[in-house]
Amino acid sequence: MKGFIIKEFFHIFRDRRSLIILFGMPIVQILLFGFAITNEIRNVNIAILDKAHDTSSERIIEKMFASGYFVMNGYLETEDEIEPIFQKGKIKAIIVFGPDLDKNLASGGTAPIQIIADATDPNTANTIANYAASIVRDYQEEINPDVTLPLQIVPEVRMLYNPELKGVFMFIPGTMTVILMLVSAMMTSISIAREKEMGTMEVLLVSPLKPVQVVAGKVLPYILLSSINATVILLLGYFVFKMPMQGSLLALMATTLLFIITTLSLGILISTVAHTQQMAMMMSLMGLMLPTIMLSGFVFPVDSMPWPLQVISNIIPAKWFILILKGLMLKGVSITYLWKEVLILAFMTLALIGLSVKKYAIRLA
Amino acid sequence: MLPIIFVMPVVQLLVLSFAATFEVKNISLHVVDNDQSSYSRELTRKFLVSDHFKLTGVSFSSDQALDDMQRHNTDVILHIPQHFERDLVRDQQAQLMLSINAIDGAAAAVENVYATSIIQDFNQNIRIRMADEISPSRQPKVFSVTQSFWFNPELDYKTFMVPGILVLLVTMIAIFLAGMNIVREKEIGTLEQINVTPIKKHQFIIGKLLPFWILALVELGFGLAMCWFIFGIGVAGSIWVIFLFAAVYLLVVLGIGFFISNFTHTQQQAMFLSWFFMVIFILMSGLFTPIDSMPHWAQVITEFNPVRYFVEVMRMVMLKGAELSDILPQLTRLFIYALIMNGLAVAGYRKVA
Repeated sequence: MKGFIIKEFFHIFRDRRSLIILFGMPIVQILLFGFAITNEIRNVNIAILDKAHDTSSERIIEKMFASGYFVMNGYLETEDEIEPIFQKGKIKAIIVFGPDLDKNLASGGTAPIQIIADATDPNTANTIANYAASIVRDYQEEINPDVTLPLQIVPEVRMLYNPELKGVFMFIPGTMTVILMLVSAMMTSISIAREKEMGTMEVLLVSPLKPVQVVAGKVLPYILLSSINATVILLLGYFVFKMPMQGSLLALMATTLLFIITTLSLGILISTVAHTQQMAMMMSLMGLMLPTIMLSGFVFPVDSMPWPLQVISNIIPAKWFILILKGLMLKGVSITYLWKEVLILAFMTLALIGLSVKKYAIRLA
Repeated sequence: MLPIIFVMPVVQLLVLSFAATFEVKNISLHVVDNDQSSYSRELTRKFLVSDHFKLTGVSFSSDQALDDMQRHNTDVILHIPQHFERDLVRDQQAQLMLSINAIDGAAAAVENVYATSIIQDFNQNIRIRMADEISPSRQPKVFSVTQSFWFNPELDYKTFMVPGILVLLVTMIAIFLAGMNIVREKEIGTLEQINVTPIKKHQFIIGKLLPFWILALVELGFGLAMCWFIFGIGVAGSIWVIFLFAAVYLLVVLGIGFFISNFTHTQQQAMFLSWFFMVIFILMSGLFTPIDSMPHWAQVITEFNPVRYFVEVMRMVMLKGAELSDILPQLTRLFIYALIMNGLAVAGYRKVA
């Protein structure tokens, strides 16, 4: 048994390339999330169609470019130029100033400003339209200084747990979950399927090792690798991105280990069904990675999805683990607040192990 | 394998396009109403009738509300302090507090906008109701601002995501299957048998890649048809422009897959490497997050990302009806990319084990 485990370790450590990726990948991903990728909207290219050319239009244009949200990208002469310029794709919005703004403002007539946004990206379109409108509103307040509003409700907004609204706080628990899934579930399933495909599984099974021992030997090195990866991600989050660690470290380690075991049992289950590495890979990819990335609340909020997807999201282990991580790290709650999530994960693990033992026995017969 | 290849696009299109949304809906709201006045109740009601919020808790203490948030039951807490109505009427000003769970920063910002605009609306209503009691000050100067949204007036997020998801689909099929296929022969040992035949290097590579190239194009056609059937999203421009671009794009992706397989010995390794590049390509493609918001160095990196160009072109042609001349810059870049990648792949391939 000991020899077998050592052999499995050798298998993994001999493969330098995979090891480099294994440890490089989480680092690259976290750094990308932390420094490059953001779903904030900034530096949007816009064009101006100014029929007024007076103080108002010039002051508003000036304010827009001072805001940092917009990058100026040319003036248009007529409305006909709008469609072709959108089709080229670079310009995301066009601000149209109606004629004689100053005169109309002074005489109390309508002073029209139109914001035309390319709504193929609805999120960006909506946000820039709102930014632009609020810049106009600002200017309006500037030119109407002596009109004060009665009956003012003043909302005070507190952003809890992440006052600077950093995106990386959201992505660290998610990336950690995806990497653990990849290493534990996908790698294990492929490595066991490999023995099957090569025909060496039979050799292992007729050896004096029990099937349980064979599987345990396969799995142990991956537990170690996953734990190292999890630690690296947490350290990066803590030291580079100042992610807080509010809750108990012990609880964090225990729940992470629980999740690693959950994913390993998923991997084992897949390997009992798949006969070739390709099949194992496609099953892990479609059945595990995709749902984990899309439905776990890693990137997209689960609450905004249609209800059938919300129901499905409940059977995805990653969803519960991400909730535990956010609770422990960012909200700083004690583990007693999270017993429901932990119990669900534990129950899933037991069910998965039970299922794979049953499948495994059938295959041997 | 074949069922996976055709079931996958349907599942992906259905799941991804509904799941991949940054829209914020069904925000769970907890109300702490310590005033219990007609104004405070009216404000709460205004929150509930908007489609953005759903009430998940009511209590009289902030501590209990916070506890609820820590249990992941609520995302936004509205505290209405005691004497809210009295202060508003008597002092012309009253405080309110919103506490927002900001772990997801982007969602929190949107939640803030929604909540604040409901409060402003409510504020405006009260003002209008009390208007006769307020002395009219002099006429303010106002602009009339209108917003119009082209190509997607309902601001439907699915319209935006579906073309991008097709890209994902085609890319995954090409890079994984092609990369793994050659390594599989290496691993099983049949590659050596091919190596000893008089077949030329480039013939071998063309023979290996052609089936996947055709398969991926068929997959794209199938995906486009599904888009039309399921979501009613057709192609605004010319479908041939899409296929022309896809044909060149697939050469790049297959070249990358093949290049990876040169450097790997087992399917596990190949898969792992492909996954690594896929994740980076997708994250840096502008599929989910805007490229314009990235720092400058990251934007430079995206210039080398083939996925970025395909996502751009799909959206331009499918949604805005861009023509061949509009996408020419992207097409030329990809063409050069294809030449380089496949050149490297052929050069790197050795007919020895």
